[in-house]
Amino acid sequence: MLENIFNLISEHILGPAVGLLVPAGYASNALYTLEVLVKISAILLPLLFCVAYLTYAERKIIGYIQCRLGPNRVGFFGFRLWGLGQPIADVVKLIFKEIIIPAGANKRLFVIAPILAMAPSLAAWAVIPFDETLVLADINAGLLYILALTSLAVYGVIIAGWASNSKYAFLGAMRSAAQIVSYEIAMGFALVCVLIAAGSLNLGRITEAQSGSILHWYWLPLLPIFLVYFISGVAETNRAPFDVAEGESELVAGFHVEYGGMAFSIFFMAEYANMVLISVLTAVLFCGGWLSPFQGMPFLGDQPFLSEPNIAWLLIKTSVFLFMFLWFRATFPRYRYDQIMRLGWKVFLPITIIWIVVVSGMVVAGVGPWFN
Amino acid sequence: MVQLMKIKDYFRSFLLWELLKGLRLTGRYLFRRKITVQYPEEKTPQSPRFRGLHALRRYPNGEERCIACKLCEAVCPAVAITIESEQRDDGTRRTTLYDIDLAKCIFCGFCEESCPVDSIVETRIYEYHGEQRSDLLMTKQRLLEVGDMAEEQIARDRATEALYR
Repeated sequence: MLENIFNLISEHILGPAVGLLVPAGYASNALYTLEVLVKISAILLPLLFCVAYLTYAERKIIGYIQCRLGPNRVGFFGFRLWGLGQPIADVVKLIFKEIIIPAGANKRLFVIAPILAMAPSLAAWAVIPFDETLVLADINAGLLYILALTSLAVYGVIIAGWASNSKYAFLGAMRSAAQIVSYEIAMGFALVCVLIAAGSLNLGRITEAQSGSILHWYWLPLLPIFLVYFISGVAETNRAPFDVAEGESELVAGFHVEYGGMAFSIFFMAEYANMVLISVLTAVLFCGGWLSPFQGMPFLGDQPFLSEPNIAWLLIKTSVFLFMFLWFRATFPRYRYDQIMRLGWKVFLPITIIWIVVVSGMVVAGVGPWFN
Repeated sequence: MVQLMKIKDYFRSFLLWELLKGLRLTGRYLFRRKITVQYPEEKTPQSPRFRGLHALRRYPNGEERCIACKLCEAVCPAVAITIESEQRDDGTRRTTLYDIDLAKCIFCGFCEESCPVDSIVETRIYEYHGEQRSDLLMTKQRLLEVGDMAEEQIARDRATEALYR
């Protein structure tokens, strides 16, 4: 259905517009570029909307867990609507605030850092498959691309901490660098397990390899890896309980203490966009992406709508993982720095390496419903 | 036995047992009754001993109570009170200046405790604001106005608390 809408837009709006504005020789190139731009905005605009409302959901859910109500005042047109206008009000506030660049800061890097933090988390969406055909770039090295981009995000944090020329920011950046580098390895090995299991780097192919039923999804044969991946994901995004980089109670705000206004909110958005990305990746890699959980079940599997693969399944799974992020934050106290390192190097790394061997064995032996 | 416990603990930490217990607890709190007091519409109950905005009281015949003994000025830990006094034509001593700087005041209630004639009191009023610093300087006139306005409540609170003083 979404493809049809896109084709209609392409045919009736973009085509004529290009015909009018661009010389005939370049028309096809221009049309292609325009189409890609429209596709990109079709992914990014809803994503940014989700990011805005994820902050609302976070405040609301954590509030509820602490027996509070959370934001419930700002609404629309004089109606409160449970505070649904809060993210919009926050955005407006942040836009109108001044961006202060500290006197001792390295100006160029200071400005570039938030962009470096934000860009990878948005760019990674290029290879996320929403459907069999609904993917911006259906490339064969999708998993590698994801790995490369998620590692890039740490540069934003490090550069921000260094360019601020502030002790707290620098400490936060150092912690974050060590943490992300450690968990990157566990995450990489976790992805290798998925790669071995699916036999493809293409995310769409990985999802299709999981089709069958909820028991065919990779969370079951890769259960420890599934947990390791998600926990590493939490660590990668610098979220509680791994938020030593931000360390509100000890480092004020860690790497972004010196940032204000929109520059700060870009970091904020990057963090939340990363959360959405990790959640959607977990859904795609371990929980069958767009596949229905009722597929192949005795009774529910026969229902026409419930058993069909649908983009809504991907969104539902992503929301569940996002909820886990918020739930973790409301539950767990922050890890000490050495505990984080211990968990990353002494627990996750061995588990993933062992499980690579186990998965390889299972694939060679053609175990269970997954690998035959 | 100790070995067994160790193995048990090892498996528990490996299976994230304690983390799951924590998650279960917070998960249950998610559905608890919310206890937020939605302030402008809902308010928490106040004690009769509430220490809010200051007031100077009068006797029922309209005479101001304060005799300028300056005990409150002396006891005030924040040095927020300034008093000047003079003999009035009828021979009694009265204040000519009685200022409380609310920006300094810490609302400890010592002035109220020290007053021998129950003149300076703290009322239950707490919803006030100042847009410049001078708005937060309570002069004698303003204090008396607050006293006149809230006298009924003040008298009632003194009466209920008299037992315990």
